[in-house]
Amino acid sequence: MSTSIKDTQKMIEEVLEAYPEKSKKDRAKHLAANDPTGQCSACQVKSNIKSRPGVMTVRGCAYAGAKGVVWGPVKDQITISHGPIGCGQYSWWSRRNYYNGQTGIDTFGTMHITTDFQEKNIVYGGDKGLDAALHELKGLFPLAKGIGILSECPVGLIGDDIEAVSKKVAKEFEYPIVPVRCEGFRGVSQSLGHHIANDTIKDYVLGKGTLDTSTPYDVALIGDYNIGGDAWASRRILEEMGLRVISQYTGDSTVNEIGIANKAKLNLIHCYRSMNYICRHMEEEYGIPWMEFNFFGPTKTYDSIRKIAARFDEKIQNNAEALIAKYKPLMDRIVEQYRPNLEGKKVMLYVGGLRPRHTIGAYEDLGMEVVASGYEFGHNDDYKRTYPEMKEGAVIMDDATLYELEEFTRRLKPDMVGSGIKEKYSYHKLGVPFRQMHSWDYSGPYHGFDGFPVFARDMDMTVNSPTWDLIRRKK
Amino acid sequence: MSTMKINDHCELFQGAEYQEQFEKKKEFERPWPEEKVKEVSDWTKTEEYKELNFARQNIKINPAKACQPLGAVFCASGFEGSMPFVQGAQGCVAYFRSHLSRHFKEPFAAISTSMTEDAAVFGGLNNMLEGLENAYALYHPKMLAVSTTCMAEVIGDDLNAYIKTAREKGAIPNDLPVPFAHTPSFVGSHIVGYDNMLKGILKDLSAGQKKEPNGRVNIIPGFDTYTGNYHELKRLMAIMGIAFTLLSDVSDTFDSPNTGEYKLYPGGTPLSEAKDAVNALGTIALQKYSTVKTLEYIRKEWDRKAFTATPIGIRNTDIFFEELSKLTGKPIPAAIETERGRAVDAMVDSHPYVHGKRFAMVGDPDMLLGMISLIMEMGGRPVHIVCTNGDKHFEADAAELLASSPFGADGKVYAGKDMWHLRSLLFTEPVDLLVGNSYAKFLVADTGTPLIRVGFPLFDRHHLHRQPIIGYQGALNLVTMIVNKVLDEMDRKTMHSASFDVIR
Repeated sequence: MSTSIKDTQKMIEEVLEAYPEKSKKDRAKHLAANDPTGQCSACQVKSNIKSRPGVMTVRGCAYAGAKGVVWGPVKDQITISHGPIGCGQYSWWSRRNYYNGQTGIDTFGTMHITTDFQEKNIVYGGDKGLDAALHELKGLFPLAKGIGILSECPVGLIGDDIEAVSKKVAKEFEYPIVPVRCEGFRGVSQSLGHHIANDTIKDYVLGKGTLDTSTPYDVALIGDYNIGGDAWASRRILEEMGLRVISQYTGDSTVNEIGIANKAKLNLIHCYRSMNYICRHMEEEYGIPWMEFNFFGPTKTYDSIRKIAARFDEKIQNNAEALIAKYKPLMDRIVEQYRPNLEGKKVMLYVGGLRPRHTIGAYEDLGMEVVASGYEFGHNDDYKRTYPEMKEGAVIMDDATLYELEEFTRRLKPDMVGSGIKEKYSYHKLGVPFRQMHSWDYSGPYHGFDGFPVFARDMDMTVNSPTWDLIRRKK
Repeated sequence: MSTMKINDHCELFQGAEYQEQFEKKKEFERPWPEEKVKEVSDWTKTEEYKELNFARQNIKINPAKACQPLGAVFCASGFEGSMPFVQGAQGCVAYFRSHLSRHFKEPFAAISTSMTEDAAVFGGLNNMLEGLENAYALYHPKMLAVSTTCMAEVIGDDLNAYIKTAREKGAIPNDLPVPFAHTPSFVGSHIVGYDNMLKGILKDLSAGQKKEPNGRVNIIPGFDTYTGNYHELKRLMAIMGIAFTLLSDVSDTFDSPNTGEYKLYPGGTPLSEAKDAVNALGTIALQKYSTVKTLEYIRKEWDRKAFTATPIGIRNTDIFFEELSKLTGKPIPAAIETERGRAVDAMVDSHPYVHGKRFAMVGDPDMLLGMISLIMEMGGRPVHIVCTNGDKHFEADAAELLASSPFGADGKVYAGKDMWHLRSLLFTEPVDLLVGNSYAKFLVADTGTPLIRVGFPLFDRHHLHRQPIIGYQGALNLVTMIVNKVLDEMDRKTMHSASFDVIR
């Protein structure tokens, strides 16, 4: 075992000392020193396991995964937060899934619609009210193309039959009404919510849309939620390659788009974690191949463009090379401008989905090194894809707690940290440059050739803001 | 230094390439024809649509309220070394933390017991035991203040028994205060959760502490998300020369200085003071609807004076100081009278731009009562008052207040209604100005009514919560916001006409 791995392991052991015995044993399995070769068995973290009570996990719930991530962005469907008032309130337009449309008329993305459970719903059940609510929504929003019913905790606990209500009303309305059993107590994190949402896409919408014509170049863009316009920037690249993007899952998407992805010739998946399920289903059921790609940073983007093009004919491959040639000078100029400001800076990441591994290349394009990375709700397959991307001895963290993040920061002394809103301001207090890497700190896009300049600008302003020097730190 | 102009989402997607992309994408989207969208859009602005909208009983659309445990964790965080601890599913706590951080731009720590399916079947005792043990070991709190999510409430977790068991099993020290409150999210809203948690904390801390009166005054700010208000209160009490205890004092929690150090417990009401609160001369709550049960408890169990005075607006602030003076026997100092004079002077100067202006407003009950009062004092006319978490009592309070002034004659109170109702009202009976939180900006987009941001949450503007809206200084701040919003709007509309005046 190398020294760098040993040193990191020692540091992890020190951090774990503060835990009571049972939790220490558990947490030890989730923290490791990276071994890019995959030979060191002690360097593999355990994941997708229940969080310990009381440790201050950063994780959310199945509802957050199903409503906040997968179904929420489908713009011409009404998404009901079915249950008490809070869940819908706290997830109200917080993920920035950009879309075009007239809100409240033909699209509903920035709205918070809820059955607002009261005590009587808990005692007598919420199904009757749900039926009535669906009818009220149909009256007020005649142009909706579907309704999703996203269950909150009580719905599953009191034994409501939202499936029966959905089935009955869907027949009447002649559009999909999708019951999603994403109660927050199910599973161990957001992740199960993604899976449940994928299953409902398969059961209620997939294969039911209309596509007039097909071409050999039809692809679907899967697992891009169009945060700050990411999917639009990715779509631009695919279209310039000569591909025809028939469906976006689910950023700026419509019920029809969700329904026609099964007609793609190839599924291109950006966020593997949240949407691999539907890709696997389309592979099995419709024989559609799928591939992962990465549009963060020029190196990975060029690489992904070439890999995607390789799945098509010479025309697309020529387009791909022409496209790379067209954008390379701009990308080079961005690197030339920002790299000197960022060279050698150390980054610590603790995010979700695909970002803990997918953004590493973009940081490296700017001369930065990711010294620690981890997932809120990753699985084994995410970590397997991450180990080779990072240096030996880097810290890998699964389901990290506030305590651990702070301790690792003290010891690793990163020049910047990328994580979420819950982490952001404690880092500001610590005087550690910080960027929200879920919402792009209200900036973006970060994907593709239009996204990288914004990414580079933002990382530069984060690390090099003069405000950090105003802090009078205790010696 | 950078010289290249970088375009982000604000500019990129306005460009021709993207506009073309959006057009082409419609082939797959299958949108409704533009005429149809326009037809429905126009219809939603009609009286007919309003009636349909107001007839709904079973669905809320853009409601302005949150759930009980949010108020509970907010309240719990305002005591010395206190860690909010929530029994239930973990997503809720992730949401509370995010929500509060987005408003205050500050870190917010809270613990979840991460209950999952097995807890739904067997109850959450094990989660509570391990949760208390871990939280105490890792975060060293001086108090763990327990509230609940709807999961724990639906399955009927018995907090009292669980905490007792935790002590017996040694998960936490015997002398660690662990107050609790049941805070079901299917009852009331965040303001009720605040009330329940505060009552739970006071009940726990005051047990066995009753002695002779200590000459102090308790002040309960309520679910008040203006850190500026807390600082202002402290300033005013110093001028008055009154010894007081804030219950709970979240000012440091949500407004701590940057020293390069992250303090998990940056301040809060000292526990010794909170324990001694039972011996105060009396208690003043600055909000009525977030303190109903707490005040009832203080009157009944502590047998002390407890009343409400919301110092938003001039006359309300007058009452606040008069009551304070009556309670303590301290006169109102000249310095305060001077502040009053300054605020009134500003209102006199600005009145021409506010007089007769029609206002719509949405938010929590006490904020609304304060704003109605202040706006009428300026000669403004409150028209639509929407309070999603308001009840019959609020409706009566607001109606009485409106009836007290000729400027309240057009006012109508909509308790239990939401911002989609308000959207209809803004179309059928337009107003000049809208008062509300950040989510009211969607009403600006739909109806063009200018928004004055007051309330919670304020996500899309920085530092507004740092300026007080209570007291005479607060009135001055509100008046400044209101009058300048009117003037900004006037400039926007007259920019290319002769009316674009430079002196106003």
